[in-house]
Amino acid sequence: MSNTAVQPVETAQSMEHDNDSKTIFGFWVYLMTDCVVFASLFATFAVLRTSTFGDPSGNELFSLPFVLVETLILLTSSFTCGLAMLAAHRKDQAKVIAWFGVTFLLGIAFLSLELTEFSHLAHEGNSWTRSGFLSAFFTLVGTHGLHITTGLLWMIVLLVQIAKRGLVTSTMRRLTMLSLFWHFLDIIWIFIFTIVYLVGAV
Amino acid sequence: MNFALDNLLGFGNLFGNLLGKLSFDAIQHGPVIAGAQVSLLLGAMGTVALLTYLKRWKWLWNEWLTSVDPKKIGVMYIIVALLMLVRGVVDAGMMRAQQAVSVGSSNGFLDADHYQQIFTAHGSIMIFFVAMGLMFGLINLVLPLQLGARDVAFPFLNSTSFWLFVAGVGLMNMSLVLGGFAATGWLAYPPLSELQYSPGVGVDFWIWSIQIAGIGSLLSGINFLVTIIKMRCKGMTLMRMPMFAWSVMGSMVLVIFAFPILTATLALLALDRTFGMHFFTATGGGNPMMYINLIWAWGHPEVYILILPAFGIFSELVATFSRKRLFGYSSMVWAIGAITFLSYVVWLHHFFTMGAGGNVNAFFGVMTMVISVPTGVKGFNGLFTMYRGRIRFTTPMMWFLGFVVTFTIGGVTGVMLAVPAIDFQVHNSLFLVAHFHNMIIGGVVYGYLAGITYWFPKIFGFKLNERLGRYAFWCWFIGFLLAFIPLYILGIMGATRRLDHYDASLGWQGLFIVAGVGVMVIIAGIGFQVLQLIVSIVQRKSNLDTTGDPWNGRTLEWSTRSPAPFYNFAVLPVVSGHDAFWSIKHSRAKETKPEYQDIVLPRNTPMGMFIAGFAFLFGFAAIWHIVWLAPLALVGVIGCIVIRSASDNTEYTVTAAKLAKLETAYAKEQAA
Repeated sequence: MSNTAVQPVETAQSMEHDNDSKTIFGFWVYLMTDCVVFASLFATFAVLRTSTFGDPSGNELFSLPFVLVETLILLTSSFTCGLAMLAAHRKDQAKVIAWFGVTFLLGIAFLSLELTEFSHLAHEGNSWTRSGFLSAFFTLVGTHGLHITTGLLWMIVLLVQIAKRGLVTSTMRRLTMLSLFWHFLDIIWIFIFTIVYLVGAV
Repeated sequence: MNFALDNLLGFGNLFGNLLGKLSFDAIQHGPVIAGAQVSLLLGAMGTVALLTYLKRWKWLWNEWLTSVDPKKIGVMYIIVALLMLVRGVVDAGMMRAQQAVSVGSSNGFLDADHYQQIFTAHGSIMIFFVAMGLMFGLINLVLPLQLGARDVAFPFLNSTSFWLFVAGVGLMNMSLVLGGFAATGWLAYPPLSELQYSPGVGVDFWIWSIQIAGIGSLLSGINFLVTIIKMRCKGMTLMRMPMFAWSVMGSMVLVIFAFPILTATLALLALDRTFGMHFFTATGGGNPMMYINLIWAWGHPEVYILILPAFGIFSELVATFSRKRLFGYSSMVWAIGAITFLSYVVWLHHFFTMGAGGNVNAFFGVMTMVISVPTGVKGFNGLFTMYRGRIRFTTPMMWFLGFVVTFTIGGVTGVMLAVPAIDFQVHNSLFLVAHFHNMIIGGVVYGYLAGITYWFPKIFGFKLNERLGRYAFWCWFIGFLLAFIPLYILGIMGATRRLDHYDASLGWQGLFIVAGVGVMVIIAGIGFQVLQLIVSIVQRKSNLDTTGDPWNGRTLEWSTRSPAPFYNFAVLPVVSGHDAFWSIKHSRAKETKPEYQDIVLPRNTPMGMFIAGFAFLFGFAAIWHIVWLAPLALVGVIGCIVIRSASDNTEYTVTAAKLAKLETAYAKEQAA
């Protein structure tokens, strides 16, 4: 809407700014609702952690080194996402696309490792139908994975938009929200790593 | 039963059939259901025929269905909610009729399974599709106007929320024709709602209609909170906001923290039923009690989500019709804050009997009693506002006075139920049913009906007929007492809720008949309301609101003309205190020539409707296990969002010159 010629430049800008702060504040509120979704799933997991129904529990199923690799990949992806945002604020479009490209690849790597773990468990007969514990595990970790998938899809769409339009107000706003989303998922993963895997291993 | 077979084959069978579980057997039949189906069909055909005859399709599409104007979205919410209210009341009537006749050797006209579906549908419809719909409708109509804003924070999201609500309504009503509805009670407690004990698709219809509508509500919650925080006009600090805006803020904070829990819980139940997980199953390490905790961690805040805006409406109209500033403004704000917080720490009072132990029960009992204090503050402040006011007994005011009476009865029985020892006696009895209807009808419904009457002229430009409104009120009020006071007595005598048959020797029939008569009186009240609407439309010339301020109001929505123009305010107001419009009216400041500026407004778009349409298909596919349709529908949803995000042309500008022209044209019309 800053394109509308009739508008005096100053109001147009302040309105644009206003729109930005509104949308980003709204996105924060959305993240809080998502946080409550995860909180519900964490609570569910905590309740069902010992409900293995006589079947294997966490310390028999999880491989900590494997999960540590996953964790490091995701943390690195958060770092590269941060580098991309720094480039975005310098209006360095090539770097933005490059660093988000790296973030995307790391996200894919994380997701493939997660799916490997899932299929491994399922093939050994430890699928989500086996016990309350496994249902809660697959749902909590899987919901995080679903969010990562959404983030990756979002990244593709946004990178295409940036390639087409450049780093204009609308794409900058969306980049800010995407990076918030990505860091949010990182934080959730820290909790999953701690509560599901570390606590599960002892 | 083909369902049982599906069940045995389990997950593998999902891929077996192109239409999943759907087949011709799924079509519902039976005399009562046929009646519902025929009325559904006739209603749909009648609407289509009327629109075609009046050549209104294009108008409907351009002016309403694709609109992102919150006033129009609000009207559509209310229309859908009122239609659903009729269905919910018909369900209630059938239940009471069944209970009035199904004594001893007579089994009434409903079989047990159908009766269970009816009470499940009644509860789900009334909460999710009537109360929520009326609430979001009124918020859409009034909130931006009261804040001195031209729109909500995210207009497109607002339209999407509305259409998700409609998608939920669609799925819920589809179960009348296909597959049947849940027979589990409105919160579908497991293990009964698990596949093992409810093998049909009824529970899935329940899950997906509520899930989709619930996500819409969650998005609305975000939208309205951001609207309140970011969109208030110049000078309107938080402590100068109208009380309705405050109550909406409390309610939306509750939506934001409570609805995600509902989303998660419904998803878990769906995972249990669809993918054989063990969250709430009786076997496999599932924990049904966890569901009860989760659903009430949403469900109790939900009660306050509904009642807070109703309190806000009463605060507005009692100040207007007493011609006094609202008594104890800041105590009202604190009361809303206290209710918002406390409503998260009382959920366990819904299941005192489930053995959490004496100390836990005591904590939640005390908290429940504590929450009645800020609620009482709100009631008393309303009455103190009336004290020495110049009171006009208009219809909205009648609803307020009716509310004070019924809500107090309900509040007192609520405090009784908050005592765990009493709760053990009357748990799951009709006493409880009477109590929460006292709160929901006497609080929520009265509040929203008052709100509709109060703000009707602002939206349509003419007032509703007062006389018929008063008749409707008296029918609702007396009908309510007749319908629910007997239930208190029956509950104490031991009648459980969800009862479809009882022994003649119990001597309950007389009271059940009285309750049934009460429902008929309420239906007469609804009849008067329909008549009121028709008569008011026909005689609108004599009830025109030409000033924009028909009630001598105090808040900003009355400062613009009626019906409010699509841009709400030609010049955004500037506020310098409480009751902004009142001080503008009574200040001696000379009227200056307005300086118009360009306005940017969102363009209409059908994309929200398309997103909800795909969400509907996704829900349908999930209910019937149509494996190819579900991912396709999901792709549709994502595709719509991507297309929308790629579009630049989402806003348009009303130039200052155009605005001046519109305003002068209106002024001329006024003069003529």
